Amino acid sequence: MITRLLLAMPFLTVAVLLLLALGALLFKRNLIKMLMGLSLMESAVNLFLVAIGYRQDGIAPIFTNAPQTLMVLPTVQALTLTAIVIGVATSAMMLSFAMVIYKKYGTVDVRNIRKLNG
Amino acid sequence: MDSLALHLPALLVAIPLFTAFLIPLAGRAGGTVRSALVILGAALTSLAGLALAARVFAGGTVLYVFGAAAPHAAIPMDSGGIPIRIIFQVDALGALMVVIAALSSLAITLYSLAAESRQSGKDGFYSMLFLLVAGVLGMVSTGDLFNFFVFLEISSLAGAALVAYRIDQGEAVEGGLKYALLSTVGALSVLMAIGILFAQYNALNIATVASRLRFGALDMIALVLLAVPLAMKCGAVPMHFWTPDTYTTAPSSITALLVVSSQASLYGLFRILFTLYGDLLRFNWAVFGWFLVILGALSAFVGVTMAIPQKDVKRLMAYHAVSQTGYMLLGVGVGLAVFADAGALAAYGKTAMAGGLFHIINHAMYKGLLFLTAGAVFYRTGTRNLNRLGGLGHAMPWTMVFFMIGALAIAGIPPFNGFASKLLIYESVFRFSPFLAILAMVVSILTLASFVKVFHSMFMGPPRAEFAGVREVPAPMIAGMAILAAFVILAGLVPQAFVDRMIAPAVNALVDRAGYIAAILGGH
Repeated sequence: MITRLLLAMPFLTVAVLLLLALGALLFKRNLIKMLMGLSLMESAVNLFLVAIGYRQDGIAPIFTNAPQTLMVLPTVQALTLTAIVIGVATSAMMLSFAMVIYKKYGTVDVRNIRKLNG
Repeated sequence: MDSLALHLPALLVAIPLFTAFLIPLAGRAGGTVRSALVILGAALTSLAGLALAARVFAGGTVLYVFGAAAPHAAIPMDSGGIPIRIIFQVDALGALMVVIAALSSLAITLYSLAAESRQSGKDGFYSMLFLLVAGVLGMVSTGDLFNFFVFLEISSLAGAALVAYRIDQGEAVEGGLKYALLSTVGALSVLMAIGILFAQYNALNIATVASRLRFGALDMIALVLLAVPLAMKCGAVPMHFWTPDTYTTAPSSITALLVVSSQASLYGLFRILFTLYGDLLRFNWAVFGWFLVILGALSAFVGVTMAIPQKDVKRLMAYHAVSQTGYMLLGVGVGLAVFADAGALAAYGKTAMAGGLFHIINHAMYKGLLFLTAGAVFYRTGTRNLNRLGGLGHAMPWTMVFFMIGALAIAGIPPFNGFASKLLIYESVFRFSPFLAILAMVVSILTLASFVKVFHSMFMGPPRAEFAGVREVPAPMIAGMAILAAFVILAGLVPQAFVDRMIAPAVNALVDRAGYIAAILGGH
């Protein structure tokens, strides 16, 4: 019972993180906080990817001193690394957008960032 | 030469990527060197794209397995029957999209050389442009789900950066931010779906996942997580709200490229529905066909009604882009809805799909052309407001002719290409549901009315004093528009040649799920 609960923990965390992220994206009016929500969502998806890659008693594919050569294929771990890199690029770009918007509009409140309408 | 042809799928993405990162280096050596590199990169990319497409249309699906001993050795000997390497799989549908991207990117790059000549920061601009092209080409040629996500993100990030590139009082950044935010949330949803599929089937290759799909509850969640963001990125109503803002604030050449990039998302949507989930026995075709049909009809109608009152010429065109996407969804949706019914499929289903796919390439050409003419007018006059424009017909005759070609094509007037694909859609959709066909025709008439208004307010009337110094745009811009206009006319004059050689194979590739799977896993 305890083991099963422990194994489910990462997925529960993913669900909580996703809810928090969606809440921040939908209900926060501050652009920076929305971007924090987006970052949380990225973390949630990355955690999900790593969690599905977990194999109980699996052997990491590091050949030095490996007990045996039957190993886990680290596909999702590779995916997660890629996704983290993409996430960093996205966050950096959008935060710089937020900076420009603050310079030009004098606010980061999305209710006031509405020059485009119609 | 043979070995070069063998590596075409890799070159297709490698050339624009390499060019993108060489440009800042070439920029150090001066503007002329950079321009030469930009032209060379664009020409080579298009050449690789067209050569690859020619190979696919002549000899069927082309596989390219990265890092393998032979490019088509999809399954390594010791992998237990799983294709573990990254695979590019270009079938006729992908080849059609490659042709679109190759032609438009060449025209757009030529146009940009003149249109952006007075701007600063050109190193970054062209780097991003080539990254966007690489992303689009990768999306339509990859046979791997995670790879698709990576190229989707590359095209979204490069696209958002380009939209915001000319800050201009912050509006462009607002448009770029909106695009980036929605794209990222959408891409994360796609990644989540890929995770769900991988957790169940231990594979990322589209063909392998398709062959193992069990259509359980989790798979349906994954389908929603995949289909909704892709429908959003192709600008379908009710998820179209980002298109007018983003298309309006981007530089015109970039808007034309964003149209191509949103069509790559449309390709992704079709690929997911037909190839990944399209198991004839276990998948409810009619429901998803109707999903596309309703999405399409709504987009066509809402798009055009929103377009009519617009005063900003690019905003107006952006709403028309939403409306035209509706035609593509409608055509392919009708085909999907009657897929289980062999009689109806042969009678009009395949024609509807052919119309939808033909409209994708036609739309990329005439809508790209229209955005470029709007950019040309903005380049000389500095305004996009229709109430302030007027009397430009004498000063900018070439731009006016190109605008007329594009406007008549989008309204579906013969002998331009829009007519050819819309006719296929009308006649087939009428047999499916007369109401939808009439709706599609009404939308066409409204489109014509809207563009007559734009034509009148931009080019007709007496010359205005404030535009006294306006001249025709420089030659590279005309050349860029001419490439697209030539295609619009050619595909309108001999549509059957295009349908027979490119569209019909693409339709067959779209519905041939078993063939797509067998290309990787071997015959069944």
